[in-house]
Amino acid sequence: MSYDEWFREDRLPHIYCAGCGNGTIINCTLAAVDQMGWKKEDTVFVSGIGCSSRAPGYILTDSLHTTHGRALAFATGVKMAKPAFNVVVFTGDGDMAAIGGNHFIHACRRNIDMTVVCMNNQIYGMTGGQGSPTTPRGCLSSTTPFGCAEPPFDLCELATAAGANYVARWTSYHVKELEKAVKVGLETPGFSFIEVLVQCPTAFGRRNKFRQVMDHVEFLKSHSLLKAKRDRMLDNHEHVPEDMFVVGELTKRNRPAIGVKP
Amino acid sequence: MTRLEFWQGNTACAEGALAAGCNFFGGYPITPSTEVAEHMAAKLPKKGGVFIQMEDEIAGIASIIGASWTGARSMTATSGPGFSLMMENIGFAAMTETPCVVVNVQRGGPSTGQPTMSAQGDMMQVRFGSHGDYAVIALCPATVQEMFELTVKAFNLADKYRTPVFVMADETIGHMREKILVPDSVEKTGRKPFISGTPPFRVTDPDLIPGFPAFGTGQHVHVTGLTHDERGYPAATNPKLHMALVQRLVDKIENARDDMADYDVVNPDAEQVFIAYGAPVRTVMQVMHDKKDNNVGFLRIRTVWPFPEKALAKFKNAKRFLVPEMNLGQIAREIQRHVKVPVVSIAKLGGELHTPADLVTALEEKA
Repeated sequence: MSYDEWFREDRLPHIYCAGCGNGTIINCTLAAVDQMGWKKEDTVFVSGIGCSSRAPGYILTDSLHTTHGRALAFATGVKMAKPAFNVVVFTGDGDMAAIGGNHFIHACRRNIDMTVVCMNNQIYGMTGGQGSPTTPRGCLSSTTPFGCAEPPFDLCELATAAGANYVARWTSYHVKELEKAVKVGLETPGFSFIEVLVQCPTAFGRRNKFRQVMDHVEFLKSHSLLKAKRDRMLDNHEHVPEDMFVVGELTKRNRPAIGVKP
Repeated sequence: MTRLEFWQGNTACAEGALAAGCNFFGGYPITPSTEVAEHMAAKLPKKGGVFIQMEDEIAGIASIIGASWTGARSMTATSGPGFSLMMENIGFAAMTETPCVVVNVQRGGPSTGQPTMSAQGDMMQVRFGSHGDYAVIALCPATVQEMFELTVKAFNLADKYRTPVFVMADETIGHMREKILVPDSVEKTGRKPFISGTPPFRVTDPDLIPGFPAFGTGQHVHVTGLTHDERGYPAATNPKLHMALVQRLVDKIENARDDMADYDVVNPDAEQVFIAYGAPVRTVMQVMHDKKDNNVGFLRIRTVWPFPEKALAKFKNAKRFLVPEMNLGQIAREIQRHVKVPVVSIAKLGGELHTPADLVTALEEKA
């Protein structure tokens, strides 16, 4: 089976804007899912509200498109009732880190056996570009017209601190690395969290000097700092520039988990 | 066969759920409902079911909706503040036609109010609390026996009508202990079977209820709270489709109100008629017992929503309906919508039951 057999073709065309990176992330995720050899009838995709959360609607499995921020709570019910299911959650920075923040930290704490792919476009895309908990300081949005004054969340550090078994961060540029990270996440028992920084030309880029899609992708690439390199820099007491973000496999461990397949 | 027990109402509720085959409980502790969760936590795992304490009531109802889609009979229990938090996902369950049972052991509100005291202040919230138009089924027990029986019934109605069903108890019934006859087994009606390969939300029967395509059965069903077509696909900007969907969700319940109606009629020829549900039923029964007056009638309602309006017509000579409630007349106003004679609200807040004297005074007051 090739991964395009996982798409729900009669739902096309999709709603994503020209230049959006969410499709790239869905492709990488489904490629990893396909490599797992999972059966469609044993696989459930769950999501909340937002651009990211439309993804399960384009996938040919049972899928649950829920309320804003609550995807992980719904997914917890699915997985605890049927641990034999493979549960994958698509979410975004607004959905998961703002309104769904409490469910996120508790899903990490429970270390419940599911994989979460967070499309972090650093803004509320679907509602037209309001600031989110991951909007970088100084960035413009419709609700931060003078530049975002609040510091953003580091979602990966949050997931690690709260107890997730597997935590990785990549960007929409790193397709091979992302596919591999999702696969490791799918293979790892317990809670796997993969954050993907992604361009949003419509809501974020046009306000923040990334009018050209590739300008933003190029920025994500050039400002990614491999974890191994970051660790070397820290060991050598080198300064890590503040506008760089760490990518790679950030946490992999074997804490006690719940909802693991029998 | 039955066995005699002496149980708390909340225990009877949990035991009713277990008898009905509930195999998933997701919830959050809150007075005065917590004993339901505690009992399920102790009993469910031993029966192969799942108990999970979620991080809040929003997650509690979300988890039972997720579990329901795997085919589980799922339930949560809460009280006023938690019930308020659940409202958005109650609308999601109605929109996605997800069977599940929500128990609300009512306490005094608004806000934190009176956590340990009895009330019936959520009777309109249960009907209209989530946004948009929808219909609900709400059952009100007045005895420990009914805590058991109406919880069983709630699961059967939830599965039959593919909708969230509410057991609207109150602190009095939840925390009182009395004798109960526990049956060895209970009647269970399941969900309508799904015809494989058909659109998951297609309705062909006159009851307007689609078959249930559980997750894991290869139907690839997409469940969304967005306005959706019969395939389950979003169609949120289609005005006709939205009108038809919401009308069907309401009609499948409202059209079946006679099927769901559950009430007792005492002295149908009476001119003065008490109407009660939940704890005030007990005070009315005391007054009926003491007065032995055939000119005082009593309508005891167990299914409050959809409201059994035809029951009111049984009292052809009624000159006045008297409605004791532990709220400021929420159901009294619903009753007044259906009758031309005066409806007197005997409202009592504060957590104490109506006394027989409260009701006798109201009865003897000139209209």
